[in-house]
Amino acid sequence: MASRPEVVAPPEIFYDDAEARKYTSSSRIVQIQATLSERALELLALPDDSVPKLLLDIGCGSGLSGETLSENGHHWIGLDISASMLNVAVEREVEGDLLLGDMGQGLGIRPGVIDGAISISAVQWLCNADKSSHNPRLRLKAFFTSLYKCLSNGARAVFQVYPENIDQRELILNAAMHAGFAGGIVVDFPHSSKKRKEFLVLTCGQRSVNVSISKGKNEDRESCSDEDSEDEEKQTVCISDRHRPRKKQKNNKSGKGKEWLLRKKEQMRRRGNVVPPNTKYTGRKRKDRF
Amino acid sequence: MRLITHNMLSSNIKGVVNGFPLRIEAEKVMEKTMEMNSEFLEKMFEKVDWKAFVDASRAMGYTELPEEANSSMLDSDEFLNRFHHALLELDLEEGALVCPETGRRFPVSKGIPNMLLHEDEV
Repeated sequence: MASRPEVVAPPEIFYDDAEARKYTSSSRIVQIQATLSERALELLALPDDSVPKLLLDIGCGSGLSGETLSENGHHWIGLDISASMLNVAVEREVEGDLLLGDMGQGLGIRPGVIDGAISISAVQWLCNADKSSHNPRLRLKAFFTSLYKCLSNGARAVFQVYPENIDQRELILNAAMHAGFAGGIVVDFPHSSKKRKEFLVLTCGQRSVNVSISKGKNEDRESCSDEDSEDEEKQTVCISDRHRPRKKQKNNKSGKGKEWLLRKKEQMRRRGNVVPPNTKYTGRKRKDRF
Repeated sequence: MRLITHNMLSSNIKGVVNGFPLRIEAEKVMEKTMEMNSEFLEKMFEKVDWKAFVDASRAMGYTELPEEANSSMLDSDEFLNRFHHALLELDLEEGALVCPETGRRFPVSKGIPNMLLHEDEV
């Protein structure tokens, strides 16, 4: 994307009638949505028994991602906060059922009835506080908790997300883990800033079974270098601290001469102290022998 | 909105203990045709809350479903056809869904239920 819509306006305002229509009629966006949906469906790893599944499409928008689900023979329920996007979906006569709702308020769905869930470019909107009553952490918690409840045992959820930074990604992932999900992040094309795609792959229940998260495309074995650079910044010592200039020694030119000495002797005599008499040697420097 | 979706929905309002099933106030109901898949229907039969399903279909004007149902009835083509029709082909276009505990109405417009909650309901 050229720019992030999250920083422009809340989703129900950003995707107004004009933007919803423009978004849906863009062939490039249609292509991107189809590709991401295919990949999400692949990562969902549904059992290959040719029975249609009941899937959830969170942030379905105008039904572009749901269309991929229909083409693969599945039934789906779509949820979006933008009424304009849903109206475009109705015009396009999508096969899935549509709901106008806010995922941050929790999904009002019965427990254990959904076979899987996908979301394309939607979950990162939860990291924004668009109203004074919004708390991103609580909204993410409400979302993932209700999602965990409505998924059946062993079902998966795959969310393609565009996190703004590492903190946002960690925030989303931690909220999912706290809700009880297992899983992690799958990154396709991690080294390309343009083609990079991040999928949150979550599994509901079945803790005993080891869940294998598939590797992202074009991903090699190197660990993420972002965290290493962070540590390096903390450990770096400032160079200017090492070359502190030495304190200049004060050059005290005013010495104590004979005048000062004679004045001090007279002062001590007036006080009644025993003072040696003044001689020609008074005030002279002693020999080196002392 | 189809009845398959209605059977999944519950009220999410703060303080509501059992927000299922939502009562249907139907103003306009449409019928759409959809290809039947018996395996999907068998799976959905296990998930569907049957009493809520029958009440909802009656609110939509369809009265062909039996009051009680068990899995042996799935062998009957006639039952499968009725189940399929009520589950996937009835569409609530205009009306409202009503929370059974609070009476909160969720309007349905163009087949899309508006489940957005007010700030004090979250």
